[in-house]
Amino acid sequence: MYFGSGHSACPGCALPIAVKSVLNALDGKCFVVNSTGCLEIISSQYGKSAWGVPYIHSLFENAAAVAAGIDAALEVLNRKDEGHVVVFAGDGATADIGIGPLSGMFDRGHDVLYVCLDNEAYQNTGNQQSALTPPGSFTTTTPVGKLMPGKLGRKKDMISIAVAHGIPYAATASVAYPRDIIRKVKKAVEFKGPKYLQIHCPCVTGWGLDSKLVIKVAKLAIETGLYPIVEFENGKLTRVMKIKRKPVEEYLKLQRRFKHLFKHPKGEEVIKFIQSIADENAKRYGLDL
Amino acid sequence: MVKKVVRGFYSVAYSVKLCRPKVICAYPITPQTEIVERLAEMYANGELEGCKYITAESEFGAASILVGASATGARTFTATCSQGLMLMSEVLWNAAGMRLPIVIVNTNRSVSAPLSIWNDHQDSLALRDAGIMQMYVENNQEVHDAIPQAFKIAENRKVLLPFMVCMDGYKLTHAYEPVDLLDQELVDQFLPEFDPPMKLTTKNPLTFGSYTPPSYYMEFRIAMHRAMERAKDVMLKVFKEWAEITGRDWGGLITPEYDSGEVSVITLGSLVGMVREVVKELRNEGYSVNFIKLRVFRPFPTEDLRKTLEQSSKVIVFEKSISLGHEGPVGMEVKSCIFGKQVEFYDFVVGLGGRDYPKDAIRKAILDVYEGKRKPGLYFDGYKEFEEISL
Repeated sequence: MYFGSGHSACPGCALPIAVKSVLNALDGKCFVVNSTGCLEIISSQYGKSAWGVPYIHSLFENAAAVAAGIDAALEVLNRKDEGHVVVFAGDGATADIGIGPLSGMFDRGHDVLYVCLDNEAYQNTGNQQSALTPPGSFTTTTPVGKLMPGKLGRKKDMISIAVAHGIPYAATASVAYPRDIIRKVKKAVEFKGPKYLQIHCPCVTGWGLDSKLVIKVAKLAIETGLYPIVEFENGKLTRVMKIKRKPVEEYLKLQRRFKHLFKHPKGEEVIKFIQSIADENAKRYGLDL
Repeated sequence: MVKKVVRGFYSVAYSVKLCRPKVICAYPITPQTEIVERLAEMYANGELEGCKYITAESEFGAASILVGASATGARTFTATCSQGLMLMSEVLWNAAGMRLPIVIVNTNRSVSAPLSIWNDHQDSLALRDAGIMQMYVENNQEVHDAIPQAFKIAENRKVLLPFMVCMDGYKLTHAYEPVDLLDQELVDQFLPEFDPPMKLTTKNPLTFGSYTPPSYYMEFRIAMHRAMERAKDVMLKVFKEWAEITGRDWGGLITPEYDSGEVSVITLGSLVGMVREVVKELRNEGYSVNFIKLRVFRPFPTEDLRKTLEQSSKVIVFEKSISLGHEGPVGMEVKSCIFGKQVEFYDFVVGLGGRDYPKDAIRKAILDVYEGKRKPGLYFDGYKEFEEISL
């Protein structure tokens, strides 16, 4: 088993779905580099490792660089045939603290598949906002108060940042569609060089979800246009998951992190803003069926 | 071996090349840059056979890349100093904990603020507790010789810890000195291929960098401490072998110049040459003075120093570093070796930020102590009193 017994993820956690899909797509022929975070903590305790593939965790913000080093070593040691180098990093590790090393890895063109497991906040430390936390979201560092309606800023557009580096493959995916993840991973590793795959992973505890709603919520993120499922090859948009668009409220209302938006004085304004982002996404990627 | 007049940078780069590293990764910083420039030239000319040279986006990235490469079983090298070493430090602590024998040359430079590109030892000494071996060299032949030895010691299975060779920025890096350049054949015979007991491979999947609950963390840290202790013996054996095959004996973890002396004078780095010279002159004039070169700072040669300092009633340390709010960090360590003995201790903090500490000042400081003109304690020699605005 590439990732299995011994992990201690919360019931309903999306991360194992994403990780298993990626590892199965590669038949376990890979080296995993993991940043500090949820996945690392649930899988790498000394004596209880859940990993059936070579695995290294170094620090929070350096997974892309560590992966670059593995890639370089495999090349000079003539061991490239052993497997692909895959990073699993959280959204904070990717879009905030580790974006420098990630940009360096993209820029130098290392043969690495970088998978960002996007649960939209620092969930391992208890739901603090990251650059990938969406607007309006309650986190412990963007709490809701008389003045503040949760996070104010937008979600950082990592896909565009990845594409702007001129890397051969960049895509988004969701745990709602594991077969799509598998297809994308298989496609990604056909390209030599850096690959970026951002997988939407709803978080039961941080988002305040009923664990049976994880997949439903993941689907609604796509169906509202808030999480466009797109694929870029050599800088060109090659594939988009078309949707029959639903209003964003349908997605927001199932989650405790957005609950305040339906009663806070600024809630309506924020929901409008969120809807405008969905509209923008739909236009930009041609999401609407 | 060919004797050539070369700069410190080249002395390092050429020696690194002979060690056949597999991955070199660095980021430019004064006064280190020319080391990696020389290596980059060698790489561009195809002289670094079987090696990948990577230009990182920061020192933090450089050290991280080497963590990945080293864990995969590649011999790795980087060079840095000062702010670069500070930026690397999170990674270097981590590399030590993962027992990765990365070799680093640190071209000692002061730390900002105020910004200063000139030499002192505050940067490397700040990494005292990281689990990284630290050796200080006195000239460019010693740094040339130190690098193959550093790899051999670091990669020894009894040790497996990063090794930092510290050479004074400018004082050595930019200096032209005659250096006996090593032969490839000699280095190949001396330094076996890197063959770690564990590495990342799909043939035997292992987990590196586990987290540990309180039930195990302490065991890992004490294991590192034990490895440091074992490194002392490994170093002595490697130093001896080196002396035998090259004819150049740089001594042990410390190198006492004479058998005894009423006053013992200790220093490290590029100050060694001048202090040794002053002590020699004083002995010729009939003073009972000994000189001890502190070569290895981690692991600290506590027993060696304790024994050597037994014959002295006064001990002087000259060091280019200060632990703000306490004393000189080298002085603190030396003091721990004379604990419980009736010895007067003098710590001279000198030359911070590249300030020159001339021979006359060294002579005067030693004579003042010798003749009882100074009380034991901490001195900032060469410091000019100046007014602080907020007072």
